[in-house]
Amino acid sequence: MGRVVVEVMPKPEILDPQGKAVAAALERLGYRGFTGVRQGKRFELEVDGPVTAEVLERVREAATTLLSNPVIEDVVSVEEARA
Amino acid sequence: MTARIGVVTFPGSLDDRDAARAIRVVGAEPVALWHADADLHGVDAVVLPGGFSYGDYLRAGAISRFSPVMESVVDAARGGMPVLGICNGFQILCEAHLLPGAMIKNDHRAFICTEQTLRVENVETAWTREYAPGERITVPLKNQDGQFVADERTLDELEAEGRVVFRYVDRNPNGSRRDIAGITNAAGNVVGLMPHPEHAVEPGFGPDGPDGPRSGTDGRRFFTSVISALVA
Repeated sequence: MGRVVVEVMPKPEILDPQGKAVAAALERLGYRGFTGVRQGKRFELEVDGPVTAEVLERVREAATTLLSNPVIEDVVSVEEARA
Repeated sequence: MTARIGVVTFPGSLDDRDAARAIRVVGAEPVALWHADADLHGVDAVVLPGGFSYGDYLRAGAISRFSPVMESVVDAARGGMPVLGICNGFQILCEAHLLPGAMIKNDHRAFICTEQTLRVENVETAWTREYAPGERITVPLKNQDGQFVADERTLDELEAEGRVVFRYVDRNPNGSRRDIAGITNAAGNVVGLMPHPEHAVEPGFGPDGPDGPRSGTDGRRFFTSVISALVA
């Protein structure tokens, strides 16, 4: 069984309110020295067989169709998970 | 002929019954549509109501956009049928690419529930033809992911083509680019907005108005507009 990991991040030019909330909480808890936090998403897609080039291609397509919205997000990586 | 206006219920829709009631209040016939049923049952127009369809999982509107009913709504909208997306419905229209841009979380990071004044900037659409240009209306606004964003080129295009239908006035409640509260497609049959006109259609149940508390009915003309657009 293989697994593909997809990572999606808000576009750099888009304000990330969730990241801002996390940054404020870190500061409050005394974790200082972080100048910024951005929050993204990680998806793990499991497949029945090996992760072939064709599987990766289908995941890439799904990543831009459903897993991310290109208006506000970038797919930053689509990779086979290391066991 | 009584106009038949469909209201789609998705799992997690909240304002479908209010939208149906608004349609009934203005004398049209609301028709319940179901997310899993691609059949639009011969309706003349469609309202995508507010709520948190599919729990807003993934992104607001992202999963609803691929529901069977939306394929039919997209086809019908491209063919000119009037479609109104309110709040979550607006998010779904953006995800479905019937309208440009996207909604992200409010810039102040909190849920907001308030009465909001809007300026009506385009009275040529199927859903706004009974308003006066520049008219100010007050309707409820309640959302978490209400910040409208799009790239500068898209925003410039929307402005140049007069496709900004509503703008927030007095204050920007969520950080939306250029105070945009609602937009339309090029043809003017598809309109999406974050605020809730369907909650301001009956005296006694609307926002506070000049005639006293809860007297505001500024949302009513969305629904009378579409009726007149259908017979025009």
